[in-house]
Amino acid sequence: MIKKSFIGLVKPRIDYTILTDPDPALIDIPQPGRVTLLLEGNGNGELKKGDLLKTGQLISTAKDIFAISPVTGTVENISGWAGDFGQGYTAVSIDVAKDEEFDEQFSEVVKNISLENAVKYFSNLPGKPSFKKFKDPELDIHTIVVNGMDEDIWMTANQYVVQSRVKAIKSGMEALSKITGVNSIVLVVPESQAAAAAAAGVDVKVVSSQYPSAQPKMILKDLFGKVVPAGRNPENIGYCFMSAEAVASISDAVSTGKAPTKKVLTLINKDGGMIIVTAKIGTPVSDVFKACDINVEEKDRVVYGGPFTGSAIYSMEHPILPDTNALLVQDRENIPLVSDYPCVNCGECVRICPAIIQVHSLARLLEAGQYEEAADNYDLNSCIECGLCSFVCVSKIPIFQYIRLAKYELDRIRLAEAEYV
Amino acid sequence: MYSQKKLIVSHAPFIHEGSRVPNRNYHIILAALPAVLMGFYHFGLPAVGVVALSVSSAMLWELLANVLRKKEKHTIGDGNAAIIGLLFAMLLPATIPWWFIIVGTFFAVMVGQQAFGGIGHNPFNPVVFAALVLFVSYRNYFDFNVALVNYDFEFAAIYPLTALKTYGVSGVEGFSTMDLLMGNQTGGIGATFGLGIILGGIYLIIRGFIRWEISLSFLAGIFITAAIFNFANPDQYAGPMFHLVTGYTLLGAFFLATEDSSSPVNFNSMLIYGAVGGFMTILIRNIGAYADGVLFAIVLINLLAPIFEKIRPKALGKVD
Repeated sequence: MIKKSFIGLVKPRIDYTILTDPDPALIDIPQPGRVTLLLEGNGNGELKKGDLLKTGQLISTAKDIFAISPVTGTVENISGWAGDFGQGYTAVSIDVAKDEEFDEQFSEVVKNISLENAVKYFSNLPGKPSFKKFKDPELDIHTIVVNGMDEDIWMTANQYVVQSRVKAIKSGMEALSKITGVNSIVLVVPESQAAAAAAAGVDVKVVSSQYPSAQPKMILKDLFGKVVPAGRNPENIGYCFMSAEAVASISDAVSTGKAPTKKVLTLINKDGGMIIVTAKIGTPVSDVFKACDINVEEKDRVVYGGPFTGSAIYSMEHPILPDTNALLVQDRENIPLVSDYPCVNCGECVRICPAIIQVHSLARLLEAGQYEEAADNYDLNSCIECGLCSFVCVSKIPIFQYIRLAKYELDRIRLAEAEYV
Repeated sequence: MYSQKKLIVSHAPFIHEGSRVPNRNYHIILAALPAVLMGFYHFGLPAVGVVALSVSSAMLWELLANVLRKKEKHTIGDGNAAIIGLLFAMLLPATIPWWFIIVGTFFAVMVGQQAFGGIGHNPFNPVVFAALVLFVSYRNYFDFNVALVNYDFEFAAIYPLTALKTYGVSGVEGFSTMDLLMGNQTGGIGATFGLGIILGGIYLIIRGFIRWEISLSFLAGIFITAAIFNFANPDQYAGPMFHLVTGYTLLGAFFLATEDSSSPVNFNSMLIYGAVGGFMTILIRNIGAYADGVLFAIVLINLLAPIFEKIRPKALGKVD
């Protein structure tokens, strides 16, 4: 656990965990008996209980919602699933068959894959490469940034992929360029990997190891000199971000004709120990913990993602998702809780905010539900969602949660208004 | 499905650096102790009585406020009321009557803070607010020359700022800066021992519990303004060093102006806030009616703090 230093005059500096071990231990989680896929939206599409699926077979549960099956098996159940803010998901459970069969259609399609098919067939590869943005006529994407750094501290999954598979990343970048027609592709890596990556012959930019430098908007600001306007995304100014693992997956798919289905993730144990594991997409968390000998007790906390930006899960049946880069387990003794103590105006949040937001004013407005005022005059939309404000808050106010909630509510209002008109 | 373990689910971030408000408050109390102990040494048991009554009555007022506001969790343990009581006592002469303290802490805790919604919501530093209410209402009780008349000090028993006001620079020529800094002067219980206050202040700055921007710019404001006055007319206006180590200057710079809730948080705002405070202090001392201007100046900058806070840096990606 990171604690405030004795000298509190300077603002705390939080660093990413940098992978230094050239050959870190890797635990491969055995094939689970059942995998679950989470697809956005509600609905079954053409998929039925009892359908047989091959590894790499395309399934679709709703219009524009695609996934490929990471295993060979039988659809056991299709049910609804609620996301963090209550968004609808469809959970497709597949009973895994003994013998794995690879889908021919997948190998046929990836031989010379079009953008159209990349959207469908690559949507849930490990690292979750999304091609939807390239199809959007309103976006003019001229640069793809491949992020070889992990988005949160204590995570090394992406760094591990860069370290161990830089050649695959290079060929993935070439495939990516062919699919999308974007020629400028840059790999962003920490200092320690820069030399190796440059030697492999890819465009490399070096990112600082201070959190949150590896967040897309910070990368654009620090390394590209571009500032994303408040409330917009990197895509709006022509930059598309993809994780290093996603690019490696694309390379695997294209070169072997078989769908890559193993997700690399960092498992952070209760004592802070980190191990890198690989698991089939869709593996229930409980299987991962069993294989790694981790005991999760009642009232412990299990987090998908890192300590600053992850999201806590409520069920041990939750599957590993294509973008789950870390699993954090916290002992119930070590869980810092939020409080309802008022803001004392100490200003720690303002000083640490990388987006230079007046967090103390913002938090007060959000506490009172003044979301529109917060967005108009107090830079709610400039927030890059790093979570540092809540981390340093002396009153333990859940500022980050207020911010996410406010953004979500404003989006909902905007959608409702658009529909009404 | 229903027999599964229940996990704790909450929003990110899942870690915290561990700083807490009570921790902050207790450190501020700790940092104030050297000055208070020197006050005990100089003014004896009456000073102990004043401090004890002030701290305890402030805490009791807060308890009463908790009960009246039907708070489930009582906040008297967070050290906030204790600080108010302690700092209020530090401003007072050791011989102040008991009812004065009770009334003062009432104004500080109940009117200055709880009426606005409790800790974090007060627009003025509650201690300064209460001290000013009483100063304006019962000015004679703050006359240190009268209050401490029965004491037999080893040093000149005249309040330096009153001497300056009454006799001009010639009246304070006997004071050496070193003596004043070491606490050899009359004044409030915790306001005389300049060195102790500075040490406490530096400790708080290093630990990050108060901001150096405010303290330093407050002192700089005093120094520069006093120097200009002194330069213009050395016979009428005392030098900057004299102003730095007398009255409530140091207490104001390190413990009063830095109060979180009533001060701004942006770098430039803090500098302006402190500098204006120092400037006003000297203005009041040199050409105002009162001997010491620190309390007035701090209430004034508290009042202006929201305006100073409007000077803010541009957020990332802000379009306008």
